[in-house]
Amino acid sequence: MNLTIRPKLELLKKELIEKIIEEAYIILEKQGVYVENIEALELFKEAGIRVDDETQRVFITSQLVEDSLSSTPSVIKLYDRSGDKEFIVGEDEVHFDPGSTAVTIIDHKTQEQRKALTEDLVKFTRLTDCLDHLHFQSTGIISSDVPEIISDSYRLYICLQFSEKPIVTGTFRVEGFKPMKDMLVAVRGSEKALEERPLAIFDACPSPALKWSNLTTQSLIDCARAGIPSELISMGMTGATSPVTIAGTLVQHVAENLCGLVICQLAKKGAPVIFGGSPSSFDMRKGTTPMGAIETMMIDSAYAQIAKHLNLPTHAYMGLSDAKINDSQAGLETGIGAVLAALSGINVISGPGMMDFESCQSLEKLVIDNEICGMAYRLIEGISQREDPIATNLFDGFTKETQFLSMPHTRKWYRQEHIFPRVIDRDTYDYWVSLGKKSMDDRASEEAEKILRENSPSLLDKNIFQELHKIMLSDARNNSFSALPEIKIGSSPKELIGS
Amino acid sequence: MLKGRSMNRKMRKEKLKKEKNTKERIVEKEKNRNKLNSKGENVSKEELLTKMKKSIIEGNKDEAKALAREAVEKHVDLNEAIDEGYVPGIQKVGDLWEEGEYFLPELITSAECMKAAMGVLKPELKKAQIKAKSLGKVVIGTVEGDIHDIGKSLVSSMLSANGFEVIDLGADVKLEKFIEMAEAEDADFICLSALLTTTMLGQKKFIELLKEKNLFGRFKIMVGGAPVNQKWADDISADGYAENAMTAVKEAKNLLRK
Ligand code: B12
Repeated sequence: MNLTIRPKLELLKKELIEKIIEEAYIILEKQGVYVENIEALELFKEAGIRVDDETQRVFITSQLVEDSLSSTPSVIKLYDRSGDKEFIVGEDEVHFDPGSTAVTIIDHKTQEQRKALTEDLVKFTRLTDCLDHLHFQSTGIISSDVPEIISDSYRLYICLQFSEKPIVTGTFRVEGFKPMKDMLVAVRGSEKALEERPLAIFDACPSPALKWSNLTTQSLIDCARAGIPSELISMGMTGATSPVTIAGTLVQHVAENLCGLVICQLAKKGAPVIFGGSPSSFDMRKGTTPMGAIETMMIDSAYAQIAKHLNLPTHAYMGLSDAKINDSQAGLETGIGAVLAALSGINVISGPGMMDFESCQSLEKLVIDNEICGMAYRLIEGISQREDPIATNLFDGFTKETQFLSMPHTRKWYRQEHIFPRVIDRDTYDYWVSLGKKSMDDRASEEAEKILRENSPSLLDKNIFQELHKIMLSDARNNSFSALPEIKIGSSPKELIGS
Repeated sequence: MLKGRSMNRKMRKEKLKKEKNTKERIVEKEKNRNKLNSKGENVSKEELLTKMKKSIIEGNKDEAKALAREAVEKHVDLNEAIDEGYVPGIQKVGDLWEEGEYFLPELITSAECMKAAMGVLKPELKKAQIKAKSLGKVVIGTVEGDIHDIGKSLVSSMLSANGFEVIDLGADVKLEKFIEMAEAEDADFICLSALLTTTMLGQKKFIELLKEKNLFGRFKIMVGGAPVNQKWADDISADGYAENAMTAVKEAKNLLRK
C-alpha cells in the first residue's frame, strides 16, 4: 500500500466553487462578452449564439459552455524540441517556466534595469535550458536590438535555436502568428507532426472586464486550428478592472476564460486549452499590480481549484516578485508563490526570474528561483515509507555510540530524501567569511556564469536552423528590416550566425 | 457590584458634561451665524464654497452637482466657485494622497466629482460667455495597437481634476486622430500613453509625423506608460515624461512655465 500523500492546498469549499461558476455562467449569458474579432463573431453566430453586431457583444448560453467544456481535453501532452521527451500538462503535474515577456533585465554589475539585447536573450534561454527545475522554456525577454514589431517572432526564433525545452510564448500582433507557427512546423517537420507533438504554448489575454481583443481572439482561433495549446490569461485587477473582492474577481476570471475556451472549441472541437491567468491584487495606494501579494496568490490558487473542478489543465503567474533587486522581498515573494502554486497542483507555473510587476528578468534571480522550485518539488513529493520496517531495524544493537552516517541505509537514501542547493548558503560563518562574505545575488551571478561557461548550447540542427533563419528574415523584411543582429553561439566571438 | 455602579455614575456625569459642551457649541455657532448673517449673502456664499470643497474631499458626486446648480441659481460668480470651492477641494485630496491618507478609490472618486461639477458649470459659463479658466487644453489617449488604458485614464482624471481641460480619446487611437483633434481644439498638450514596447514606437512615429506636418513645437508633447522613461522621452524629443498620474500633473504645470 502506498502511504504517501501529495500535500495539497484547497482554498475553496465545493459549494463556493459551484456558486462562482454559476455566477460566471449568468454573466456570460446575461451581460455577454465583447469579442472584437469578426471571425469569432461568425463562429458564434454559426453556433446559434445571439450576437449584437453593433457592439460586438456575444451572449453565450450555458449549453454552449457545457458543450465546449466537454470537448476540451483535460490533459495535454507537450514535447521537447527533439520530440522524444513528453510532459503531461494536466492532473496535478507541476512544471515551472520563467516569467515571460520582460521588457528589461537587471544588470548585475550596476544593479540597474536596462533594455535587453539579443545577447541577453541568448544567455537567458541557455541558462533556462540548463536549470533542472525549470521544465519549460519561456520567451522571457524582449530584445531591444531588433525592431519591436518583430519582437514576438524573434524571441521564439532565439529560443528554438538555443533550447531543447518546450516553450511558453505568444503573439504581439495578428501577423506574428504565421512566422511563429512556421518556425514550429519547421522544427517538427510538418504541420501534422506539430499537431501531434505540440512544442509551444501560446498565451492569450482577455481584456478585463469581459472583453476579448482582436489580437488575442485571433491567436485563440489560429492556435486551435494548428493544434497549439492556448493558455487563457485572464488578469483582473481587484477593484480596478474587476470586482474588489477575491470571490468577485474569481467570477469574472471564470467568465472571461470560459469565453476564451468556447472560442477555441468553436474554432476547432477538441482544441487544447489551458485555464490560466495573471490576475493581481491591485494596490490602491500605488496604482500597481503586485504579483507578490498574498491576495494575488490566493486568487491564482483558487481559480486553479475551480479549473480542476472543471477538469481542465491549469496555469498561473506565480513564483515571482515585485522587488527591484535580489533582496529578501524577491526571495520571500517568489518562495511563497512557488510553494503555494505547487501545493495547488498548478500545471504550468510561470514566474521564475521575474521581478518588478512582470516587467524585468534577472539571470541571478533565475538561478536562485530554480532552487526555490526544487524545494517546491521536494515538498509536493511528500513523505514516503521507503522501507519496511521504516526504521526499527536501524536500531538493532543500538548503543550510545550508534550514529547513522556510515549506515548503508543512509548512503542508500540521503540523495533521494534530501536536496542539495547550490547557491543557498549553508556554510558555517567562518567559512562564509573566508569565501568573501558573498551575498546570495553574487553567488547566483557566479553560478550563472559558470553554467554558461561549462555547458555548450543545445543548438538546433543546422539545416532546420537555416529554415528558421529564412522565416525570420522574411518576417523582418516584410516589416522593412533587412538585417538581424549577429548571434554569438559560444564564448568564441568567431562562432556567429545571422546575416 | 458597587464598583460597577460608581463607574456608571461617573460615566453618566461625563456624558452630561459632553452633551452640555456640544449644546454650548451649537449655541455659539448659531450666534456666529447671526453675526455673519448681518453682513448679507456673503455668508451663504462662504458656506457654499466650503460645502463645495467638502463635497470633493468626501467624494460626494450628487452633492457636488447639487451645489454647482445652487451656485448657478444664486448667481454666484462661477469662476470663484471653481477656484475657491472645488479646486481647493481637489488640492486637499492631492495632499491627502501624498500624505498616504487617500488611496486610488478616493482619488478617482474625487476626480469624478470634480468632473461632474464642471459638467454643470461649464455650459453655464459658456451661456454667460465667460471664458472658463483652464490651465491648458490636453488631448490624451493610448496610441494605436495598444488597449492598455487604466494608467492613461488615471492621468486623464488627475489632469482634469487639477484644472486642465482634457479631451480623452480613449485607447487604440490612430496617430493622425491625435493631431486632428489637437488642431481642431487648439490644444496646448498632447499626451500619449503606451504600455507595449511595440506601441511605444508609436510615440516616436508621432513626433516624426508632427515634424512632417510642420507642427512640431506647436503642442507640448508628454509621453508615459510602463516601458517609457525619461531617456526615451529625450531620445524622441518629447517635451515631458512622468512616471505616474500625480507627477504627470506636476510635469504639465512645469511645462506651462516653459
Ligand atoms: C493590466 C494589463 C493588461 C490588461 C489591460 C487592461 C486595460 N484596460 O488597460 C490586458 C489584459 C488587456 C492586457 C493585454 C495585453 N498585455 Co498587458 N499588462 C497589464 C499589466 C499587468 C498592468 C498595466 C496597468 O494597467 N498598470 C497599472 C497602471 C495604473 O499603470 P500604468 O499603465 O503604468 O500607468 C501609469 C504610468 O505608466 C503613467 N502613465 C501611463 N500613461 C501615461 C501617459 C502619459 C502622457 C504620462 C505622462 C504618464 C503615463 O501614469 C500611470 C498612472 O500612475 C502590465 C504589467 C506592467 N508591469 O505594466 C502588462 C503588460 C504591459 N502587458 C503586456 C502584454 C505582452 C500584453 C498583451 C500583448 C498580451 C497578449 N499576448 O495577449 C496584450 C496586449 C493587447 C494590446 N494590443 O494592447 C506586457 C508588455 C510587454 C512588452 N514588452 O511590451 C506587460 C508588461 C506584462 C508582461 N510582462 O507580459 N494587459
